[in-house]
Amino acid sequence: MESIGLLFFVFVLAVFLGVELISKVPSQLHTPLMSGSNAISGITIVGALIAAGLETSQVFTVVLGVIAVAAAMINVVGGYLVTDRMLAMFKKKDGGKP
Amino acid sequence: MSFETFINFSYIVASILFIFGLKMLSSAHTARKGNMVSALGMLIAIVATLLLKGIAFKWIVVGVLIGSAVGAVSSYMVPMTSMPEMVAIFNGFGGLASLLVGWADYHTQFGHVLNHPESFRFDTFTIVATYLTVLIGGVTFSGSVVAYLKLAEKFISGKPVLFKNQHLANGLLLFLLLALGAVYCIHPGSGYAYVALVLIVILSLILGVMSVIPIGGADMPVVISLLNSYSGMAATAAGFVLRNNVLIVAGSLVGASGIILTQIMCKAMNRSLSNVLFSGFGAATNAGKGVAYKGEAKAISAEDCYLILEAARSVAIVPGYGMAVAQAQHAVRELGELLMANGADVQYAIHPVAGRMPGHMNVLLAEANVPYEQLVVPEDVNPNMPAVDVAIVIGANDVVNPAAREDSSSPLYGMPIINVDQAKTCIVLKRSLAAGFAGVDNPLFFKENTRMLFGDAKATVQALVAEFKSK
Repeated sequence: MESIGLLFFVFVLAVFLGVELISKVPSQLHTPLMSGSNAISGITIVGALIAAGLETSQVFTVVLGVIAVAAAMINVVGGYLVTDRMLAMFKKKDGGKP
Repeated sequence: MSFETFINFSYIVASILFIFGLKMLSSAHTARKGNMVSALGMLIAIVATLLLKGIAFKWIVVGVLIGSAVGAVSSYMVPMTSMPEMVAIFNGFGGLASLLVGWADYHTQFGHVLNHPESFRFDTFTIVATYLTVLIGGVTFSGSVVAYLKLAEKFISGKPVLFKNQHLANGLLLFLLLALGAVYCIHPGSGYAYVALVLIVILSLILGVMSVIPIGGADMPVVISLLNSYSGMAATAAGFVLRNNVLIVAGSLVGASGIILTQIMCKAMNRSLSNVLFSGFGAATNAGKGVAYKGEAKAISAEDCYLILEAARSVAIVPGYGMAVAQAQHAVRELGELLMANGADVQYAIHPVAGRMPGHMNVLLAEANVPYEQLVVPEDVNPNMPAVDVAIVIGANDVVNPAAREDSSSPLYGMPIINVDQAKTCIVLKRSLAAGFAGVDNPLFFKENTRMLFGDAKATVQALVAEFKSK
């Protein structure tokens, strides 16, 4: 549990950092950037795991949590794998032509 | 070091890995490693959470197995042409997860307060954050599902869906969501608040549907970017609910990334975000604007086209969504190689909004083994366009429409385009003379130096390849 002020501080810094980082990505890589960052938004898995896993959770919380875990895992696993598949295709000139 | 500190430390490491991963995505050489670095960050965050005290794995395993299996299988099955809808639906699941996390957290709190009214009290900050999580998560989820269906052309047409009093209905929906939000946040412990929350879930899902259905196929790159941003914001809001920094950092990075991509896409179409979201571009309201162009389009055969290409020393290929639909990317790459073998300099000029999501064309051409160095942006190719012998337009239309430069009455006016009309010869591969997604006629087809090669993009390119091989 962190204080609210500190949370906002982290939030504002992260937004600025995100803007700085993403502005530098060339348009050729925008699709992998989008699917890769998409996978990162699956970080909500952390909250889902807590809801589904806490032994003190009520039954309905666990139900919501398990569905959330499944949805977030689709986002995380699918997002990273599909990004890797795409990036593997961006090759240099003499790299493995069929 | 206490155990709590260790967990928090792991979250910091995960955040740093996300940041480095995104940084490495800015270059094609390091991008793949960057993605793995980011995935490692995610793994660390997940493992750290599982190590928390009092976490039982029994039900978690079920969710993890189902989610991983679905995610893994669909990511391997999806063809590259369907990447936009895949990204859209993955995004939607992220939104759904955030919505459920918010709801689950409230349910737990509600139970505590109900059972121990003297020792538990709701915290207003958490409640407001829960409201935002559920709202943004719901819009992200249903909006992404509609975007997926539109892109895959299942059940819903890719065209904008407009009806009477649409703005009024949306306004009412927003008002209800605000009113329910007030009820929910002011007395979070009452039974009414729980009912309000359930209604907020339902209405936010409806709002997501309503905001994406009026948007046309050509505007999908903007919508996907925006939904991507929403999924990040939903994760950030969930981070405020749980007071967890790693959610806030990761969510904000994604939120910022989506907003920047949205801006880039809007700029590339010379339109404001509100114009994309509320105007139903390409719908009947806009059709018929601009000058109607008349003239004779000069059609040529594949054989004549071969003769022009055979003499060309410099060629610019401009792909559009038509190339994706016809699955012509492999044939295009083969043509490009034959042209190079013939001594021509070949470049692929790619407009930022070509296709259905940012960077869509680059992925398709990369899949077909076109070297990364040959994929260029309009700013690099436009200054040299007068020196280009032949510009080949494959299934693109609005992004090469010179009306955007010349005709101030055109709805496209001011949009940055690829100036293929300034090349010595321009060959347009197209099925018919029909207008593009924006519903705007294209004067390019009637220019002196333009030749039309009608037919399916793949069949036409293959015919050209056959011509080269037979000579």
